[in-house]
Amino acid sequence: MSAEQETRAIRCLVAKVGLDGHDRGAHVIARAFRDAGFEVVYSGLHRAPEEIVQAAVQEDVDVLGISILSGAHNTLVPKVIEGLKEYDAFEDTLVLVGGIIPDDDEADLKGLGVAEVFGPGTPMEETIEFIRNNVPERA
Amino acid sequence: MGGTDATALGDGDAELVEDLLAGSHRALARVITRIENRSSGYRGIVAALHEHTGDADVIGITGAPGAGKSTLVDKLAAAYRDHGDTVGVVAVDPSSPYTGGAVLGDRIRMSSNVGDMDVFFRSMSARGQLGGLSMATADAVKALDAFGKDAIIIETVGAGQNEVDVVRTADTVAVLVQPGSGDDVQTLKAGILEIGDVFVVNKADMDGAERTLAELEEMVHRRESPTKGLDGGHHGFEVPNHPDDGAGQGDGDGGDEADGGDGDGGDEADGGDEAPEWTPEVLRTVANTGEGVAELIETFDAHATHLRESGAIESTKRRRYAEEIRTLVRSDVGALAAAEIERRGGIDALADSVRRRETDPYSLAAEIVDPIAECVESDAGRADRDAT
Repeated sequence: MSAEQETRAIRCLVAKVGLDGHDRGAHVIARAFRDAGFEVVYSGLHRAPEEIVQAAVQEDVDVLGISILSGAHNTLVPKVIEGLKEYDAFEDTLVLVGGIIPDDDEADLKGLGVAEVFGPGTPMEETIEFIRNNVPERA
Repeated sequence: MGGTDATALGDGDAELVEDLLAGSHRALARVITRIENRSSGYRGIVAALHEHTGDADVIGITGAPGAGKSTLVDKLAAAYRDHGDTVGVVAVDPSSPYTGGAVLGDRIRMSSNVGDMDVFFRSMSARGQLGGLSMATADAVKALDAFGKDAIIIETVGAGQNEVDVVRTADTVAVLVQPGSGDDVQTLKAGILEIGDVFVVNKADMDGAERTLAELEEMVHRRESPTKGLDGGHHGFEVPNHPDDGAGQGDGDGGDEADGGDGDGGDEADGGDEAPEWTPEVLRTVANTGEGVAELIETFDAHATHLRESGAIESTKRRRYAEEIRTLVRSDVGALAAAEIERRGGIDALADSVRRRETDPYSLAAEIVDPIAECVESDAGRADRDAT
């Protein structure tokens, strides 16, 4: 019997990658996650893929939500996933992408290991539900 | 189910500890998560790490929201890296008391150390209950220390007792103040003043910086000798006691640190006190441009040297470990009592029996605690017999 009760919380990194200055959506998501009881680390704007990887590894997040509205997802997302693999962090991190992603690209991203892609107009509850149901089990 | 089990190291955990000591960032991050979650086995991990700790300089930085803590921490980390030191940062942010959720935003300011894994930055939220945060922070610092970080910075909003406890786990505490914040200085008087080893007026290029500097100087020196104010009570301002103070306020450059340190040491020695007191330094920085950061690190180093040479580090560490032991014992005994309450039908049922006047809180508390006390006493009795 452990003397203390566990105090687990779902940790998320909400990340803005590349030359994309639109972070209203990321802010709204961050607040909704917070109100859902998650711990949200926000990356800030204009982050390089390696910064996102560094943050995801050091913060040991359960969920990495990448927000991209610039159309550069096919370049940036693979770099982030490669970086996570380098640190053995890919396996138990739920990678999500939010933003404007064409259907063809969505399939490619999922092939790379992105768990789900959320487009404009996705209800907040849907994203939160998805995370609750799919957050990786950890020791 | 006893205490020895709690510190036993499972196979997977032994590997995790090994990986951490071997320099795996992933293992370090994972260990801190385990500490944060209080997940089973975390005590064994921290216990195994303990012998590898004690080499890092631990610095606490606190101040009101918006004072520039995160920006300064970013610049400090960069400056330490320039010296060739590796850096760990633990940034504590408040969490919502209602949902438990939190937005941890300190990372946004960490722009000077892009892609540099030798700066390990970790955000933590004020999860859990009483005393838990300072315990978790102290354990996270141990993990960073065992990993081999040379300098570890704890960053927290200086808002309440919880946060004060957190920065007290550091060897050197810097309190950040922004200019023109008369109210901030007022707040400081209520408690944070006592914990500051260094006071930093950040955003020192703003209006009112000189005044804030002067106010802090005055407060620091009043704290230094509480009776001084009584002697000169009828004057509006105190006259500096020894010339070093005047010089220090006048030029405020690196030179006054050495002078101030020596002078104070001498004064205290005259009084027959073996351990010379540290007089808090008041410095100015502009975190945005990095101005004053080098001087701040020099002062941190001077304070660390002071702690070592005066022997104060031992009493500081003793006090800290005593606090840790107490917190752990208190929480474990509390858990024993909580389990006993559950066995007796839960706290609500017990409260109802009190409400119905079937019993009273004192009798109930005695009923629950007496068996625990008996165990402790019989154990102590056996130990006494063994000893004789």
